[in-house]
Amino acid sequence: MTNPIITGIVATFDRDNIDTDQIIPTEYLKSIKKFGFGDFLFDGWRYLDEGRLDMVSDERSKNHEFILNKEPYTNSEILLTRDNFGCGSSREHAVWALRDFGFKAVIASSFGDIFYNNCFKNSVLPIILSKDKINHLFEICSSSPTNFEIDLMKKNIKFDGESSYSFDVKESLLDRIVNNLDDVDITLKHKNHIKAFEQTRRTQRPWLFDYSN
Amino acid sequence: MPLTLYDKLWNEHLVQTDDTNESLIYIDRHYLHEVTSPQAFEGLRHKNLKPWRLDANIATPDHNVPTDRGNEFDAASIKDEVAKIQVVELDKNCNSFGIHQFDITSNKQGIVHVMGPELGYTLPGMTIVCGDSHTSTHGAFGCLAMGIGTSEVEHVLATQCLKITKLKNMQVNFNGVPQRGVTSKDIVLHLIKLIGTAGGTGHAIEFSGSYISSLSMESRMTICNMAIEAGAKVGLIEVDSTTLDYVKHHSNLSDSMFNQASEYWMTLKSDLDANFDKTINIDVSEIKPQITWGTSPEMTIDFDANIPTQEDVDEASHENLLLAKTYMGLDDSKTLQDLRFDRVFIGSCTNSRIEDLRDAASVINGKQVSEDITEAIVVPGSGMVKAQAEAEGLDKIFINAGFLWRDPGCSMCLGMNPDQLQPYERCASTSNRNFEGRQGNLGRTHLMSPLMAALTAINGKIIDPLS
Ligand code: SF4
Repeated sequence: MTNPIITGIVATFDRDNIDTDQIIPTEYLKSIKKFGFGDFLFDGWRYLDEGRLDMVSDERSKNHEFILNKEPYTNSEILLTRDNFGCGSSREHAVWALRDFGFKAVIASSFGDIFYNNCFKNSVLPIILSKDKINHLFEICSSSPTNFEIDLMKKNIKFDGESSYSFDVKESLLDRIVNNLDDVDITLKHKNHIKAFEQTRRTQRPWLFDYSN
Repeated sequence: MPLTLYDKLWNEHLVQTDDTNESLIYIDRHYLHEVTSPQAFEGLRHKNLKPWRLDANIATPDHNVPTDRGNEFDAASIKDEVAKIQVVELDKNCNSFGIHQFDITSNKQGIVHVMGPELGYTLPGMTIVCGDSHTSTHGAFGCLAMGIGTSEVEHVLATQCLKITKLKNMQVNFNGVPQRGVTSKDIVLHLIKLIGTAGGTGHAIEFSGSYISSLSMESRMTICNMAIEAGAKVGLIEVDSTTLDYVKHHSNLSDSMFNQASEYWMTLKSDLDANFDKTINIDVSEIKPQITWGTSPEMTIDFDANIPTQEDVDEASHENLLLAKTYMGLDDSKTLQDLRFDRVFIGSCTNSRIEDLRDAASVINGKQVSEDITEAIVVPGSGMVKAQAEAEGLDKIFINAGFLWRDPGCSMCLGMNPDQLQPYERCASTSNRNFEGRQGNLGRTHLMSPLMAALTAINGKIIDPLS
């Protein structure tokens, strides 16, 4: 079971519509691995030079104005942003990059649909709050580095000592993060059911199964 | 209860639903490409699993293949070592698991969303998924089609099902007759400008109305393709006689099978009084050619309108506006017509079908690509499109005008293969995303129709298509 409490420094991205091309540029999609994307997270903003898959972060020219290059945000675990985070391309590499960097949760007023789904497969919790609450959290984080505490069981975010906002997320989705569940294993428990469904379909819609390549 | 087309497709494929509202949906067709599949195949191996149903899967490499391949080119000829590994890996995975692939040497290879329908693998009423957000394209055939992540690619390979929650229903009615020079690309960009890139989030958008009924399948695909740019992972159009004509022509179903299927396919429409959570009505006769000025597809304006300034947007958007203008280098330019272009790209799964190439070729009229343009490329979406265009002599029109005529692939739609913008280059592009760096590090993208892109190539700048 994953630790049901996430405590960490909040990095803020005061911007709408951050697309998955920004989270991880296309160049890095050439990797055939599922790990090792953390150094390329937000590559276009984080570095001044143009990156390639074989480059080492420490040897590159960094943009020191960028929040994730500043202490203590280099160790951020929570990302706070605005509207429509993760829109655009379906690349799961975007979530892998956030995860590999160390992010465990992203708080936004809305998310791209595909990105939102991808998060739960990789133990990154996407949290949706109203725009007013997001504004408030931005204010709290504006002056100095701030820690939030996110309780996955109670479904709330503690900030400012004792104040908290609760959030809503489907139990079954949360369950995957808390219990590290794998979807394929869960679905294959219903193997016979799928087979029966497929058999009926074969009879009713034969043209879907009558295709020669 | 009256149902929407989306509801009908959902019910038809519902294997089971659990008490938490997540459902298992049966998948009829799964397209694969080299970029989002390697980790999924690796997952299968790791779990010692085989694909559930081989014949449901079709693969092709498209994202990182070079487009100046010529003859005798194979995966080993790719110069970029990292890209080569991915294409070779797809070959290996398809061979070892037994998945049908149109590989880089096949004369049918192409962008997966262009190739699938024209080879008849996309049939009305199917559920279709692919590890690519533009899978929404296939919704033009009355399919429930959507992009998925790599974990889901693995899940579909292993179980033939997808575990998802039902979306809400949204309807966009397009009525009226468009002005000359206005194409389906302009219509969909106009919609995105109107509702924003999050306007359709959480919804399946059904496009309907007399304008949609009047469109060819190619134009319908352009509209459904960009549903994702309006935030909707599903775009849909009902089945009608245009759909059936296309399918009859492109699939190799026997006559009896086609007739049997057609009876069912013609039921794939929303019921008359079906309930939509949101409805939008748009009169297309008022729409002008649309072009993006910024770094999100919603940053779209009429081709002759002023580029927005801080006064035109609410305060919360000032920062977004400033960032986009700076990135795009728009300091003093008042209108798009003030801009000088460096490159032109006609291609991508949005606009690389035969009709798009005909549109672009139709405005060339024996003129030459402007001397200010460093490079103008035309990249047909598939081997079939390329062959058709060559049979019609379109390649000659482009080549004689000074365009480069390439081999099929995603090309400059994304900076993953050799076709890329140099920093600060300004590009007239028929693709779908103008995000920062999308076409190459620091490149500047303006999205538009093939017709406007061809005109921009000839003139070096944006002009009124009616002048
Ligand atoms: S053409 Fe562009 S949008 Fe379409 S599949 Fe290729 S990269 Fe994606």
